[in-house]
Amino acid sequence: MRGRWRVIEAVRKSDRFGFLFSLPYVIFFLAFVAYPLIFSFVLIFHRWNIVTPMEWIGLKNFERLFHDPLFGKAITNTLTFLLIHIPLQIIIALLLALLLNSKVKMRGLFRAIYFLPVVVSGVAVTILWQQLYSYDYGVLNALLKAIGLPSVPWLVDASWAMPSVAIMATWKNVGIYIVLFLVGLQNIPAELYEAASLDGASRFRQFRHITIPMLNPTVIVVVVLSTIGGFSLFIEPYVLTGGGPMQSTLSGMLYIYNQAFYFGHMGYAATLGFVFALIILAVVLIQRRVIETEPT
Amino acid sequence: MKITLKYLVLVLGAAVFAYPFLWMIAGSLKPELEISNLGLLSENYTLHSYEQVVTKVPIGRAFLNSIIVSLATTASVVFFGSMVGYALAKLRFLGSKALYLLILFTMMIPFQITLIPQYILIVKLGWTDTYPALIAPTMMSAFGIVLFRQFFVSVPNALIDAARIDGCSEWGILFKLIWPLSRPVVITVGLLTFMSSWNEVLWPLMVVRERTLMTMPQIVTIFTIGGEAETQLGSLLAAATLLSLPVIIAYAFFQRYFIESMASTGLKG
Repeated sequence: MRGRWRVIEAVRKSDRFGFLFSLPYVIFFLAFVAYPLIFSFVLIFHRWNIVTPMEWIGLKNFERLFHDPLFGKAITNTLTFLLIHIPLQIIIALLLALLLNSKVKMRGLFRAIYFLPVVVSGVAVTILWQQLYSYDYGVLNALLKAIGLPSVPWLVDASWAMPSVAIMATWKNVGIYIVLFLVGLQNIPAELYEAASLDGASRFRQFRHITIPMLNPTVIVVVVLSTIGGFSLFIEPYVLTGGGPMQSTLSGMLYIYNQAFYFGHMGYAATLGFVFALIILAVVLIQRRVIETEPT
Repeated sequence: MKITLKYLVLVLGAAVFAYPFLWMIAGSLKPELEISNLGLLSENYTLHSYEQVVTKVPIGRAFLNSIIVSLATTASVVFFGSMVGYALAKLRFLGSKALYLLILFTMMIPFQITLIPQYILIVKLGWTDTYPALIAPTMMSAFGIVLFRQFFVSVPNALIDAARIDGCSEWGILFKLIWPLSRPVVITVGLLTFMSSWNEVLWPLMVVRERTLMTMPQIVTIFTIGGEAETQLGSLLAAATLLSLPVIIAYAFFQRYFIESMASTGLKG
């Protein structure tokens, strides 16, 4: 009785506009977050093509997933992507941010240009790069030829295709990270450098022992956002290569899409989505741990 | 010497990011045979590639669809988001803490897990090939709510209490008092939502098959991989230009807002 009375009292004291203003979100949450989340737990135990009735198959989806070579391929492709994309992104973003942070004219203009690909649709960027990467007529191979280097089979060779996607994604996204590093650099107190100079620390030592540690939170953001982006890769391989050649650019999201919409395997597609989500959460958690505890 | 090197790297960087776009726009205007040239200029500029795109796909309609979907989504995210943000920041009610935790939890869920069930929900509602299918699942954003709440918390309570004493309703307080004070966060949430909605392509590909309902990035994707471009480089580049030019023009005017929005949210995200 007392418990119920307390709840009633709390409701009575509540601002009714609090409920009213929150209500639309609560309805939205139930329909488009809670329901799909619960439904995904149902789907992973079923075989279903949406048209015929659902069929309970227990853990068969997971059994299949662990023996599915294409699932493994999607994981290793994503890791290949991240292994190239993340270091490239950090190095380029940090270099350009450091240059922009020094005394430089037209900083705003440079920053705006570096940021341009970020706002443009991924589809447009992919169409553009498809042309740049073209083996016979592409601008990149023409440039390589001009300086006397052999042509690169960017999209036609299975071992080059994923690195090519990673380079393109870096070009598209690095602008965000330049801006984030720039903010990070500007937040480092100038007194730290002054004190270090007085103690006779060289520029390099200042960079190593002040700049790098102070940028650690930014690096975490860059690594985490890039990782989530890597696991969400879809339109780039979909338009650029269709996942080929020889499945070398098949991404997790592309595989989920194919299972759902080419084969109508809704249960299996949901299982793949479920497992990929768990992998993303695990990888991001581990990354945070590792970077946060890194000795400086 | 050092300064020269610095500017050399900066200018080289600028060329790497800007030149491909210039090449794309120039290529869309060049005759087919000249496209693979490195240069931008041609004596034979033509609108032929654009004619190809316009006659093969309903791109004007797609532009209209994209405008409708992006504007509706943005208006909804800003309107409802600021309501919840205000409730969480300034109103006391049972369950407000639980609701805030729920919203933070929502932000952590990778979309891969809810994507297929969301698609099935749309199918079961009979919404495939409709605007609601494109708009409803992104009508509200947990991220937007958190940004609004963070900003609204810093509005002084005395100001709100004074408005209440003057007989102002909660609606009035939110839209006439707090909104004008919160222009930066309204712009940030609005711009980011509009941009991501305009560029979204995976979801439209899932829920829309009817060509007259497709969005810009979707129709350009279908045009590219569906074989209608017939491997004509010019029309591919023209389609990509039509898709990106509106955003590039908006960016030219509001680039500071774009960059500051992304920078302020990226660090918190």
